Amino acid sequence: MPTIAPLDLDSHCIAIAWLDDSPHFALADGVVHRLDNGHKWAEVHDGLLAACPDADHARLITGGEDGRVTALSADGKVEMLAEIGRKWVTSIAAGPQGAVGFAVGRSAYVLFADGKQREFQHPRSVEGIAFAPKGMRLAVARYNGATLHFPATDGKPTELEWAGAHTGITFSPDGKFLVTTMQENALHGWKLADGKHMRMAGYPGKVKCFSWSAKGKWLATSGAPGAIVWPFQAKDGPMGKAPLELGTRGDTMVTQVCCHPTEEIAAIGYGDGMILAARFADQKEILLRRSGKGAITAMAWDNEGRRLAFGSETGESGVVDIAG
Amino acid sequence: MNNGCVCCTVRGDLVRVVEGLTRRTGRFDAIVVETTGLADPAPVAQTFFMDDDVRAKTRLDAVVALVDAKHLPLRLKDSNEAEDQIAFADVVIVNKTDLVTPEELATVEATIRAINPMARIHRAERAGVALNDVLDRGAFDLKRVLDNDPHFLEHGHPDHVCGPDCEHDHHHHDHEHGHDHDHGHHHHHGAASPIHDAGVKSLSLRAGEMDPKKFLPWLEKTTQIDGPNILRLKGIIAFADDPDRFVVQGVHMIVEGDHQRPWRDDEKRETRLVFIGRDLDTERLQRTFEACLA
Repeated sequence: MPTIAPLDLDSHCIAIAWLDDSPHFALADGVVHRLDNGHKWAEVHDGLLAACPDADHARLITGGEDGRVTALSADGKVEMLAEIGRKWVTSIAAGPQGAVGFAVGRSAYVLFADGKQREFQHPRSVEGIAFAPKGMRLAVARYNGATLHFPATDGKPTELEWAGAHTGITFSPDGKFLVTTMQENALHGWKLADGKHMRMAGYPGKVKCFSWSAKGKWLATSGAPGAIVWPFQAKDGPMGKAPLELGTRGDTMVTQVCCHPTEEIAAIGYGDGMILAARFADQKEILLRRSGKGAITAMAWDNEGRRLAFGSETGESGVVDIAG
Repeated sequence: MNNGCVCCTVRGDLVRVVEGLTRRTGRFDAIVVETTGLADPAPVAQTFFMDDDVRAKTRLDAVVALVDAKHLPLRLKDSNEAEDQIAFADVVIVNKTDLVTPEELATVEATIRAINPMARIHRAERAGVALNDVLDRGAFDLKRVLDNDPHFLEHGHPDHVCGPDCEHDHHHHDHEHGHDHDHGHHHHHGAASPIHDAGVKSLSLRAGEMDPKKFLPWLEKTTQIDGPNILRLKGIIAFADDPDRFVVQGVHMIVEGDHQRPWRDDEKRETRLVFIGRDLDTERLQRTFEACLA
C-alpha cells in the first residue's frame, strides 16, 4: 500500500526536483521548501516563475519575477547566476556541460559554466526553451514554430515552421524528435533528420505537461480526462499510431504526468488533486493519492522510482512512498 | 491559432503573464492590460474568453480606449487600429480636451459615436478620470452589461457625452435619458463624421418580441458567418411568453447570452441589438433579424 507523507505549503507549486535524494518544492511565492531531515526552506525570488534541476541533479535552477536566475544547492546555498533587471524570467532549461538556458521576453539566453553568456533575440516572445540531450543546441518554442540555436558556435539557427502559437518544447531523449505544446489543444512535432511534421491532436484541453518514459519510448501528456501516451519507438515516431489512454476519469482532467525513471509506468495527477499510477502494458491503475483541495501542478520521482513528490495549486504537497 | 481566423486569435504572452500572476493569490485587486497604441484589441479581449485557464481565473471587466482629441483625425487616417480600438471599447476617454476647440471636440466625439454608439465617453485633460469610470464596469457581465449602460441602444443622436462635470449617476439603473426618439426600426451610425470614412460601422436593430427557436439559431449562424467582421455586439432580447429579459454580448464569434431579470411593468418589451463591425451587410442582417419575430 502506498503511504503519503503530507507537506502543507501555502503557495502554488511550480516545480519539484530531487536533489541529493531530498525533494525540493519550488513555489510561486519564491520559496523553495525541502525535506531533508525535517522541513527546511530557502527564499530564492520575490515570485518564482520557472524551475528545473540541472543535468546531474545537484542544483535547482530557478527564474523569477525579480529578473534573476539562481541556482540552489541541496545544502540550501543560493547562487545568483544572472540578473536581467525588471523583467520576468519565464522559462528555465538545464543543458549539458553545466549550461543554463533562460527566457526573458523575446530573448533566450544561454549561460555557460565558465560564465560566458549569449543572447538570442526573436521577433516575438520566447514561450518555452529546451536543450537537446547531446551537443549544445537550444530549442525555442515561439509563435508559428520553433527555432534551434547552436550557442557554442556562430552557426545560423534552424527554423522549424508550423502555424500557431507554440508554448512548451521538449526533445526526445534520443534527440531525434522535437515536440511542442501549443496554445490550441494539440502537440506538434518534427522529426529532426528530415523535418517531417507530426501532428498530435484530439485533446479536449490545452496540453501543459509532458513527460518522456524510460529510454524515451513513450511521451505521456496532460490535456485530457486521461493521460495520453504517444508511442515513439518507431522510426517515424507516433505517426499513424493511436496513443494509449491511461487513468481516464469522467469528472476531471489530467493536469500533470510524470513517467517512472525505469518502468513503463506514469504517475498521473488530476484537477481535483487525485494521483494515480498506471502501467502502459496492461493499463492497470493504482491510487497514490485521493483527491485534495486543488489541482496537481508538479510531480517528480526520486532516482530509484520508489518515492513520488507532488505539489498542487493550493500548496498541498507531499511524498508518496509506493512501497509503503 | 492555426487556422488564422481572427476570431480564434489569442495573445499567448498575455496567457502566460496572467497565469503567472494568478499563481500568487491575494497580491492584487485587478490586472490592467495596457496595449501599445497599435495593438489589435480583439485578441487581447478574446484571450479572456478563449483560453480555459485564463477564463477560469479571471473575468474581463471592460475595454477602455484613450483617445487623443488633438490627433484622432490623423490616427484614423493612417491606421485601422485606432478605429478598431474605439470600436472595441466599452469606455472611451477623450483626452487632451484642453488642446482643441469646442468645435473640434464636438467633431471628435461625433466621430467616436459614429464608430461606436455603445461606449460611454468621458472627457479628460491629462487623462484625469475617476477610477470608477474605468474600473469595475462589468461590461462583459451579462447581469450588468446593459443595466449599467443606461444610454445603451437608446442613442439616436450621438450627443450625450459625460465630461468631467457630468452630473449623471452612472450606476443608477433608472437613469433618465434625455431624448426618446421615434426613429424607425434601425439606423446606422456610419457616415456622421467628416473625419472618419466609415470603415467600422454600427447597426442598431429594434423589433418586437422574438421567437427563441428562430432568434438563437439566427444569432449563432450570423456570428459564425459574420464573426470576422463583427467586432462587438450587445443586445436585450424580448422573447415571446418569457417574463425575463434575455441579454447577449459578443466579441467576433464568441457570443454569450443569458436571462437577466424580469421585465419591469414600465419597460417596453422590445428587442434591441447593436452590431459594431466592418463591412456589415446591413440589409441582410436587418431582414434576417426581423424574420425571427414571434
